[in-house]
Amino acid sequence: MNTYTSLAEFAQTWGLVYFFVIFAGVLVYALWPSNKRPFDEASRVPLRED
Amino acid sequence: MARPVETKAFTLEEMGYSLFLALLAVVCVILAGKAWEPQLAFHAAVGAVFAAIGIFLIIKGYNDRSAQPAQMIDGKANYNYGPIKFAAIASVFWGVAGFLVGVYIASELAWPALNLDLPFINFGRLRPLHTSAVIFAFGGNVLLATSFYVVQRTSQARMPGIVTPWFIVLGYNAFIVIAGTGYLLGVTQSKEYAEPEWYADLWLTIVWVIYLLAFLGTLWKRKEPHIYVANWFYLAFIVTVAMLHLGNNMSVPVSIYSIKSVQVFSGVQDAMVQWWYGHNAVGFFLTAAFLGIMYYFVPKRADRPVYSYRLSIIHFWALIFLYIWAGPHHLHYTALPEWASTLGMTFSIMLWMPSWGGMINGLMTLSGAWDKLRTDPVLRMLVVSVAFYGMSTFEGPLMSIKAVNGLSHYTDWTVGHVHSGALGWVGFVSFGALYCLFPWLWNKKSVYSLKLVSWHFWTATIGIVFYICAMWVSGIMQGLMWRAYDKLGFLEYSFIETVAAMHPYYAIRALGGALFLLGSLIMVYNLYMTVAHGEDAEGATAGAPALAPAE
Repeated sequence: MNTYTSLAEFAQTWGLVYFFVIFAGVLVYALWPSNKRPFDEASRVPLRED
Repeated sequence: MARPVETKAFTLEEMGYSLFLALLAVVCVILAGKAWEPQLAFHAAVGAVFAAIGIFLIIKGYNDRSAQPAQMIDGKANYNYGPIKFAAIASVFWGVAGFLVGVYIASELAWPALNLDLPFINFGRLRPLHTSAVIFAFGGNVLLATSFYVVQRTSQARMPGIVTPWFIVLGYNAFIVIAGTGYLLGVTQSKEYAEPEWYADLWLTIVWVIYLLAFLGTLWKRKEPHIYVANWFYLAFIVTVAMLHLGNNMSVPVSIYSIKSVQVFSGVQDAMVQWWYGHNAVGFFLTAAFLGIMYYFVPKRADRPVYSYRLSIIHFWALIFLYIWAGPHHLHYTALPEWASTLGMTFSIMLWMPSWGGMINGLMTLSGAWDKLRTDPVLRMLVVSVAFYGMSTFEGPLMSIKAVNGLSHYTDWTVGHVHSGALGWVGFVSFGALYCLFPWLWNKKSVYSLKLVSWHFWTATIGIVFYICAMWVSGIMQGLMWRAYDKLGFLEYSFIETVAAMHPYYAIRALGGALFLLGSLIMVYNLYMTVAHGEDAEGATAGAPALAPAE
């Protein structure tokens, strides 16, 4: 197998898994119930009189 | 008894920048003397003068300052507004200049005699001047100003450095001058949106790395534990633009005494790298960074927190993960392998989700405050910009579909699409931010006249509608004429017939652009009056807050 084919195969399989896992991680982090309060707090950062 | 006075010293930072600029001046003088082309001699001379001015400013700054600038005054962070003010004014100046050049070249297309047979002002040279002036000079200065403002305010910390913030802002504008004069003199590496030659690219790299360090340095000093989402978008913009700039400008100068350089890549690889750069300039410069503006200025102006902070996190990661792959859709039906162009198309279509998620997040921030749209034209401008963002990010993926692209590519439809994004989204969100920023920076109660903001809004909106409608009609007509065959299989129209058919739409487009320019002139007057005659904000002390002498 030449370099191009092996690289393309790696990107099309493990690359997909890698991105999918990271995106799932982002979803879990963003939607985790106990994170709601700190996020609500964070959304007020620009409005706080500084 | 006097307490020990903080002694003033020439800091390591000031010394470093002075030495660097002195060295640069020497190099520039040598280059100017030995240059092969008059253009390089001119640019090297300009570089030497700028470096000398830089050293003068550092020494003058040292003489004028009392000691180290205070990090805090009365328990509040002592924000560094000077460089932000400069970038804000520069953005307005370059904006008007860029819009003016745009109107001029639009008129040249409608009435070609306007190029007066002069090489300096023919379409080929003025077009990159227009694109770079509006994207990098206007947009870039808006981003420098807003990113420095937002990162300091949301971190509750002063930017690090005395010279550094000024070096970034002035150095960036020096790059703009070198790039812009280069286009007029015929210096170009012929890469769209990356036209400046190797020496300008090197200079921008230095400025950009320092920009990244200063931004990170401010985050490092933050008092607020959470890094607000707008800063994430700005940071993604700074990091990715650095990567794109280096990737797309890999070239070897034929000599250090020549303006000319040779690209490392060639053929379809070069094309792919160029559009990986080109589309991500749209994705990270014109989208991610201006989304940073949206996430700070819309909540601030509406006085409501962003609709969903969770959505903003998903918006951010989805956007940056998807955008980077969308470039190949610029190269459908070329030598690019089909899988690569399919990949670009697929990722472009997936971009609908984060784009519309972001748009909904921006618009819904107003829920419960929709009445403000009636009374506040600045908020109206910001909200309409988000609506244009939604519209052009719907249109873009549509045009990336191969079948649609077969009709739309190389036609004015593309030009119309780009301008609905550039004028409607980037332009309006920048104007909205500037209308907020000027009163805040100069400590004024509000912008001089909201009525004039309203006039600007309507003039510019009508201009955009003229522009994009003319380009839709002209583009689709052009595409259909190019692919029309008669029953014997011959092309129905010669190329020049398609050009002649577009004339009325080109005239309408020039009119639309002129209205947009007129709107920006109303803004210039309004902002000038805000600074010069605006009512001071409550609690504003006369002049800058004076430091108590340490006695």
